[in-house]
Amino acid sequence: MSPKTPSKLEKILRAGHLAVTSECGPPRGSDASHIVHKAELIKQHVDAINITDNQTSVCRMSSLAACIRLKLMGLEPVLQMVVRDRNRIALQSDILGAASFDIHNLLCLSGDHQRFGDCAQGQNVFDLDSMQLLQTARRMRDEGKFLGGDPIQRPPAMFVGAAANPFADPFEIRVPRLAKKVAAGAEFIQTQCIYNLDKFEKWMEILRGRGLHEQVFILAGVTPFKSAGMARYMKTKVPGMDVPDDVIKRMAGTPKDKQAEEGITICVETIQRLKEVKGVAGFHVMAIEWEERVPEIVERAGLHPRPPA
Amino acid sequence: MIVADRKPIEEIIEQVKGLRSVLVLGCNECVTVCEAGGKKEVGVLASALRMYFLQQGREVNVGERTLERQCDTEYLEEIRDSIDHYEAVVSLACGVGIQFTAERYPSKAVYPGVNTSFMGATLERGVWAERCQGCGNCILATTGAVCPVARCAKRLFNGPCGGSTDGKCEISKDVACAWQLIVDRLKTLGRMEDYENLCPIKDWSTDRAGGPRKVIREDLRS
Repeated sequence: MSPKTPSKLEKILRAGHLAVTSECGPPRGSDASHIVHKAELIKQHVDAINITDNQTSVCRMSSLAACIRLKLMGLEPVLQMVVRDRNRIALQSDILGAASFDIHNLLCLSGDHQRFGDCAQGQNVFDLDSMQLLQTARRMRDEGKFLGGDPIQRPPAMFVGAAANPFADPFEIRVPRLAKKVAAGAEFIQTQCIYNLDKFEKWMEILRGRGLHEQVFILAGVTPFKSAGMARYMKTKVPGMDVPDDVIKRMAGTPKDKQAEEGITICVETIQRLKEVKGVAGFHVMAIEWEERVPEIVERAGLHPRPPA
Repeated sequence: MIVADRKPIEEIIEQVKGLRSVLVLGCNECVTVCEAGGKKEVGVLASALRMYFLQQGREVNVGERTLERQCDTEYLEEIRDSIDHYEAVVSLACGVGIQFTAERYPSKAVYPGVNTSFMGATLERGVWAERCQGCGNCILATTGAVCPVARCAKRLFNGPCGGSTDGKCEISKDVACAWQLIVDRLKTLGRMEDYENLCPIKDWSTDRAGGPRKVIREDLRS
């Protein structure tokens, strides 16, 4: 199928290449050099860069502003939007604002509950949910209409995606839930960090059984551990994360000064194994505050050089 | 019912400490069931206030009364003859009763004696839990009679989110994931195929978002 948007990410995926995306968290301040520096570190090794939207409900520079910074560098941002903080007026408005800078990728998310962040006493919005945001974005693009029905002058040309967590509960609805996101308009999926490869492969198998891999591009999410402590933290403190005990053991059994290397190696091995899984269309490398190691992961995993758009 | 919780006595004292007389006014409905504002709690609060004023060496008339309801004018009329004995009222009714009392007696200060919490049910003695947020457009038919508005921390209509773990919500291990409950119910009812129906975007105009609400039944109006 030919691309529906000018998105570079969409072009690469539709051409059948394994895509590589990564993500950067905006700074907790107004200094843009932070995000520019992170992007410089990874720009030769990824096709698009997600900018997180006040992740874990901690206040940061807005995702949209940081995406514009990347766009001004000639890079390909993926605008993450959570429905926690904005109602349908603000969401549509920000989609148009992003489109005005030719930001061509949108990731629709629920967002972590605000109790995890620095504004636990704040109100949340959840006027729409993530699926309804997908529907909204697709309607704006494909029908050129606002939710209210009025026409949009120069509709947004965005490649629209969503997240999926194959490891959250209840497991039996994880594929049906993905099917709902596809029905709502998701064209690509970036998954939660994968450490339990067996469970992920099971999820992919069920998904393929329904032919969903032919309807949506699945980008497998990976995050390298910096230390055994981080592995344990991810297992016990991060909602919806599945870190098997043998991975924890492998990290803990490595001398402290070698743990970072081991974390990178596990990440590379994960990508290498998942490259063989039918329906995996690419990788989303989330190196949390560790962007400088993304090039090495991508190279060692055999995903470099990146294809031209 | 409307579930309320007792306000700290220090906060109530702060409101009434300068008064010369005060009526502690209970309600015999929801707040009696949830043991926050019935006759028993009126007695307890009035005694505590008398004790406080005694310790302060002040003579303050603290009255006690519990009405059948504070959200109906006919019951509120029952205190019309005695209300002038008091400078102010501490109402132990829900926020509705507190305001309605003030509306009936505009010259009296009315202070809240409880924190009105939510619409909920009794799980066991001493434990109440929220079940409804009165959004004005009930969708329980599609969710196996488990409300995502009241029971999902993100009020997702197409849940669960990625934070659902072992049947619990990401905000706390003490909170059930509403969408786990919905899925369990749909399974029990043999209606799992309904799970894949996309719930359309909600019209929140019947909710708080639409401004203060009224129900008007022309067929009942005289």
